[in-house]
Amino acid sequence: MSGPPDSHTVIGGPREPQPRGAKVRPGWPIDQSEAADRFIAAPRHLQNHDTRLWTLRQNRDRIAHGIEEWEELRELASQIKEHTLAHLDHYLEMFEANAKANGIHVHWAADAAEHNRIVHQILDEHGARSLIKSKSMLTEECAMRPYLEGFGIEVIETDLGERIQQLDDEDPSHVVVPAVHKLRADVAEVFSKTIGTDPNNDDVHYLAEQQRETTRPLILQADAGMTGCNFAIAETGTFVVCTNEGNADLSANVPPLHIASIGIEKLIPRIEHLGVFVRLLSRSALGTPITQYTSHFRAPREGGEMHVVLVDNGRSERLGMDEFWTSLKCIRCGACMNTCPVYRRSGGLSYGATYSGPIGIILDPTFNRTKYSALPFSSSLNGSCSNVCPVKINIHEQIFAWRRVMAETHEIPLMKQAMMKAAGELLSSPALYRAAVSGADAALRTLPKFIVYNRLNTWTRAREMPKAPDHTFHDWWKANREKTEVQP
Amino acid sequence: MSARDAILERIRSHRPSGEHPLPESPDFTRPSGDVQARFVERLERMGGEVLPPDGSGDMLAPLRTRLAAAGRVCSAAPEIEGNVDLDAIARPHDLADVDISVARAAFGVAETGSVLFTEAELRVNAMAYLAQHLVVLVDPADIVESTQHAYRSPLFHQARYVACHSGPSATADIEGVLIHGAQGVRSLTVVFVPRSDASLR
Ligand code: SF4
Repeated sequence: MSGPPDSHTVIGGPREPQPRGAKVRPGWPIDQSEAADRFIAAPRHLQNHDTRLWTLRQNRDRIAHGIEEWEELRELASQIKEHTLAHLDHYLEMFEANAKANGIHVHWAADAAEHNRIVHQILDEHGARSLIKSKSMLTEECAMRPYLEGFGIEVIETDLGERIQQLDDEDPSHVVVPAVHKLRADVAEVFSKTIGTDPNNDDVHYLAEQQRETTRPLILQADAGMTGCNFAIAETGTFVVCTNEGNADLSANVPPLHIASIGIEKLIPRIEHLGVFVRLLSRSALGTPITQYTSHFRAPREGGEMHVVLVDNGRSERLGMDEFWTSLKCIRCGACMNTCPVYRRSGGLSYGATYSGPIGIILDPTFNRTKYSALPFSSSLNGSCSNVCPVKINIHEQIFAWRRVMAETHEIPLMKQAMMKAAGELLSSPALYRAAVSGADAALRTLPKFIVYNRLNTWTRAREMPKAPDHTFHDWWKANREKTEVQP
Repeated sequence: MSARDAILERIRSHRPSGEHPLPESPDFTRPSGDVQARFVERLERMGGEVLPPDGSGDMLAPLRTRLAAAGRVCSAAPEIEGNVDLDAIARPHDLADVDISVARAAFGVAETGSVLFTEAELRVNAMAYLAQHLVVLVDPADIVESTQHAYRSPLFHQARYVACHSGPSATADIEGVLIHGAQGVRSLTVVFVPRSDASLR
C-alpha cells in the first residue's frame, strides 16, 4: 500500500507494549469493547492508528471531490454489482467457460475446508513445498496458512504489512493496511526476533529494506505463487489483482505455478466495467488515483500453469438473506473502516474476526452468529460508513438490522439485554428509525436525539459522549472531528 | 452433486428479488488539453520520474549514458541493447541480479500516469519486477486520456497478461511512511521516444 508519509510524533518515555486483540473463548461472544478499552489505554498506539486512518479518509475525500462524476460512479458500481449478484450463476458459468478456453484450470470450493484441500492437492501434485503469496482476505477467511503448514508447506506472505503480521503470528487488522495498528517499535521487535534485525533500530526505511532483502531469496526459491483477486471478468475469463508493492506480480510471474483464490462475489460482467471499479477502488481506499499495480491475468504465461479456485464459503447463503445480500457488493476498499470512529479507536483485532470495522460487523455474523452476536453493538450508527462506501452498501442500516436479528434470535449476551429492552420502543417504530438513518444529511439532522440520548448506543456512551449537548449533532461532529478524532 | 453444481444450485434458489438491470456505462472522459503534460504530472505524483532529453537531438542519449554506468541491463525494447540476453533466459530467476530493465509501454494513461505492458512488451514478465529499476519507453502518441479509454484497448481481450504500472513499487505499511521498492522496482523512469519501425506491433 502507499500514501503520503504521516508526521510522526514521538511521545517520550518507555516503549508502550502493543495492545493485543479480542480474547477468544470458545462458545462465548467476542467482547469487542473489552479489547477496545485496552487499545484506548495505549495512547501512542491509539494516536498513531486514529491519525493514520483519518488521514486516509481525508485523502479519499480530497480525491473524490476532484471527480465530478464521483456519485454517478458509485451508483453505477452499485448497480453493476447488484446486477451481477442477481445473475451470479450465469456470470460464473461464463467466467468458467472463458477461463478454461484460455487454458486456466478452474476449481470450485463449497467452503473453506474444500478450498484448502484443493490448494493443497494442486501443490502436492507439483511437489511444491513452498508458496509465496500476495495478500488475500479470502485465504485469511479460510485459515489456509496454518492448514498448509500442517503439511509442511512453507507459506510466505510478500506484502510488507501482511508479512509483519505473519511473523508476529497475528491476524491482519485492516483489509488494506494489515499492520496499521502497530508502531515502528513493534515492527522492530518482531523483525529482530524473526528475521534478525537490530532490535534498537526502528528506522522505517531500515525495516522495510531488511524485509525486502530477507524475502527476496524466498521469492526466488518458491515452488508456487498465489494471489487473491479484486475483480473477475465474466466475458474474458480474466482476473484482476491490485497491489501497491508489485508483490502479486512477483508471486504470479516468478514461480512456474500460479494459483488464485477468488470469492464468487468478485465477478463483474465486462472489461469496460473495470473503468468504473478501478477508478473507485484506490481513491476510496487510500486517496490515490489507482494502485501502483493493476494486473490482468487472462491466461497462463508460456510454459506456466494457472489455477483458479472459485470459493463460496457462505456467500450463496448470504445471497438469500433479504436484508444482507447487498453486503456481497463489497470491494474490500476499507473506506468504511477508515471513517468509523469506533474502529479507529479500537483497532481491527478487537473484533476478533477476519473482517473488522463496519463491513466486518455485517459479514461476521453470517459466519458465526453466536460468536459475533455482540459486534453489531460496536457502532455509533452515525452512517458515515454508508456515505463513503464506493458500492453504496447501506452498512449502518444492516448493522441496525443485525441488532434486531440478534434480539429476535436471543443471541444478545446478558450484558446487552437491558440496553435492548430500553431500545424496544425504537425497534418497534420503523418510521422513527428510518427517519433517523435515512441518508447523510437527514441522518445528521435527526441523529442527535437518536445517537446521543438513546441507550442503544452502547459504544459511544461509555467513551466520548458530550455531557450536555444543546447544539446539533452536526456541530458536535464538526467540532470534535479536529479535537478528538485527529488528535485524541 | 459436485461443489460446482451445488454452488450454482444454491445461487439459483437464493436469487435476490427485483429486476437489477445492467446499467450503461457512460464515458465520463473530458479532454484535458495537453495529454502528455497531464500524464507527466500524474506519473510524478505516483512516484514515477521522467528522464528529460539532453538537447543533442538523440532522445535516447541520456538513457544510454545512464545504462553505461549500470551493471546488468536487460532490455525488451529493440531500441536499447542490454547486456543480459532475454532469449537466453531459461527461468525468470535468471533475472534476479538485473539492475535495470528496459521495456516499451504498449500505451500510457494520462488520468493516472500509468504505463501498460503485455507479455509481448516484457518478453519475460518477471523482468519488470525482479530488476532494481525499470525504464519505460513511451511514445507520446500512445497516451490515452482516461482509465475508461484504456479499457477499450483490444489487448484486454487478446493478451495473456496486461500489467498496468503507476509509478514504482510502494508501501506505507509501517506508520504510513512512504517507501519505494517494497518488493519490486525501486524506481520507474519514463523516456519519451516515438516508436521506431522495428518496434511497431
Ligand atoms: S463495505 Fe464498502 S466501504 Fe467498506 S470495505 Fe466494502 S466496499 Fe469498502
